[in-house]
Amino acid sequence: MTNKKQDLVDQNLQDLNNDGVDRRGFLKCMAWAGTGLVWTLSGGIPVSQAFAKGHGQDGGKAGNFSFVQISDSHIGFNKPANPDVTATLQTAINKVNALPHKPDFIIHTGDLTQLSKPSEFDTLDQALKGAKAKQIYFVPGEHDMLSDNGEQYLQRFGKGTKGSGWYSFDHKGVHFVGLVNVANLKAGGMGSLGHEQLEWLEGDLKARSASTPIVLFAHIPLWTVYPEWGWGTDDSEQALSYVKRFGSVTVLNGHIHQIMQKVEGKVSFHTAMSTAFPQPAPGTAPSAGPMKVPADQLQKVLGITDVNYRVSGSSLAIVDSRLGDSGSSASGSESDPAINNSYIR
Amino acid sequence: MKSKAWIAGLVAPVMIAMLLLAGSPSLSANDQPSAANAEVKIDNFSFGPQTLAVPVGTTVTWTNRDDIPHTVVSTDGVFKSRVQDTDEKFSYTFTKAGIYPYFCSVHPKMTGKIVVQ
Repeated sequence: MTNKKQDLVDQNLQDLNNDGVDRRGFLKCMAWAGTGLVWTLSGGIPVSQAFAKGHGQDGGKAGNFSFVQISDSHIGFNKPANPDVTATLQTAINKVNALPHKPDFIIHTGDLTQLSKPSEFDTLDQALKGAKAKQIYFVPGEHDMLSDNGEQYLQRFGKGTKGSGWYSFDHKGVHFVGLVNVANLKAGGMGSLGHEQLEWLEGDLKARSASTPIVLFAHIPLWTVYPEWGWGTDDSEQALSYVKRFGSVTVLNGHIHQIMQKVEGKVSFHTAMSTAFPQPAPGTAPSAGPMKVPADQLQKVLGITDVNYRVSGSSLAIVDSRLGDSGSSASGSESDPAINNSYIR
Repeated sequence: MKSKAWIAGLVAPVMIAMLLLAGSPSLSANDQPSAANAEVKIDNFSFGPQTLAVPVGTTVTWTNRDDIPHTVVSTDGVFKSRVQDTDEKFSYTFTKAGIYPYFCSVHPKMTGKIVVQ
């Protein structure tokens, strides 16, 4: 009862009415955070799923696929919260490579580096070359645009993108949109998409049918997690108004180095763990700075996110798995209709 | 003492006028020895003190004491630091009176103000 299996079950059970704040659930989740989360696209609804369970059976069906989200690698960070972020990124990649189903691609949701240094980008690039995925998609975090307005990032990881690095692509019937909300930030504000990008987004989505599953991904959460720490995007409401007519919308973010999720109508929001270091739960520390945990606990608060799409029942299932998990012991229910853990303020 | 108060009465409007005319270099050229230094510390994603008043000519030095990089960027484009990693310092000498709001362009919720008088 004290193991992570029970934690996962508890998390799946609590606040099923999706009726708002659930502090107990939140704390549970933080205890559980670090397990990788696998999102499986199932009927357009994200379904939480055990990391090691069930992926194999129908993974081969035409149209089904999975992808992995990793985030916040912060290559170059060397403070006590994690003196070797390259090693933990490598562990994350090993974890991706050990998945029972091969992901079609990887999405990195930003903060590839700590200081936007060429050597840091190099290290990240080298490490990701070892990932068994055909393609890796990126969006920048604020740490990737520190010295040159993101020029270097764009040249190396954002070729062919628009503006400060936004773009969209289609994969097996799902429409993916990578957004940038870390450029040209204004004093006193949070993340920002900006007028030009919003206009582009509106046009990009206009051509899609309402039955197309939509996945939006960006570094800073596209929902207001905690404004006091800038954990939100000032003009995200505008962006979300463009996806209202779609039957299935999944929003994947990073930045806050911990799992948070909520479902609002047909829109499911999820943030991923970092591969580098954890950050405190909102308001539980004087600031959002790196959280130090005992060395033997670190891999329990870092992880990857696996997202599975299923044509039959058309849903997205999301499973976070922590680096420290063997991958064989986590378990959970696949039957819950959606992640209803609405433990956010 | 009376005559000093009378002089102060004259000086005050001049000082105010100088504040208002802060863009004009000729007015602030010779009124401070410029040896003054002041410090702002960056701790826990905040500038301390958030508002700092200094005489004209003061060099203000910001020190980042967080584990996360920050920047010091004038909202009006007057000064802009490179990214400051842990323990790195950025200095700027204020040669003109005025109010200088600034923020961290990486974490824009972090704002501060230097009042130069």
